[in-house]
Amino acid sequence: MSESAASTAKKRPEFRNINFGSLISYRWPLASLVSGMHRVSGAILFFLMPFIIWMFDNSISSEISFSKFKAAFNFGMLGLPGFIWKLVALGLIWASLHHLIAGLRHLWMDTHHEHVSKDFGRQSAAVVLVATLTLTLVLGAKLFGLY
Amino acid sequence: MSVNYGSKRLVVGAHYGMRDWLSQRVTAVVMAMFTLLVLAQLIFSKGPIGYELWAGIFSPQWMKSLTFVVIASMLYHVWVGMRNVFMDYVKPSGFRFVMHVFAIVWLTACAGGAIQALWRL
Repeated sequence: MSESAASTAKKRPEFRNINFGSLISYRWPLASLVSGMHRVSGAILFFLMPFIIWMFDNSISSEISFSKFKAAFNFGMLGLPGFIWKLVALGLIWASLHHLIAGLRHLWMDTHHEHVSKDFGRQSAAVVLVATLTLTLVLGAKLFGLY
Repeated sequence: MSVNYGSKRLVVGAHYGMRDWLSQRVTAVVMAMFTLLVLAQLIFSKGPIGYELWAGIFSPQWMKSLTFVVIASMLYHVWVGMRNVFMDYVKPSGFRFVMHVFAIVWLTACAGGAIQALWRL
């Protein structure tokens, strides 16, 4: 009985051994999207850490290094124009904001188990996305001198 | 997997247990509070943000010590995070080992650079 039911039923999709190719066809509910972006933003911060430390070093060491730090974004550095470095900085701003705000969501869920539900997961993920993208837009506009 | 202690204790796997989980969260809170502290000093400052103001935030000894704690926190936080990422996505054990070694070298070098910059001030 169950066999005949199984043969007529539509074949259910299976997600096993997910690889990079299946990232496109894979379903991305908001909570999993925020979780995936948390990892991506963390990896971005990891790989760009030398640049972050370069910025920290030059911005605090002396007046001269501070103006070198500013010049990288206004006039360019290492043969790349300033706006490329501003784009890198914008990427870092997004990664930091997303990692921080999505991390606060994680901490909340770790300490408030009574709130953890499918609905809370989706809604809080939406809040994280809206807050992060809004702040990134505001700071990005400031970075590119729109106000 | 009902018994996982004594001679049945799990000795391989994804670093189960409280230690790394808790230290990643504690270090996260330390870094988040430090971020708020620095941001507050910038937001409540008057006039344009120049070198004097920015370097002045990090120059007191207590702030240097605190920044040092944050750098150490970052080192451990990122190690746990990247190790988890490599464990999840890098399957060939040789390549995974190389990535783990790379993460350790990369992070130690970064922490050293940050501490050097901090104490040069």
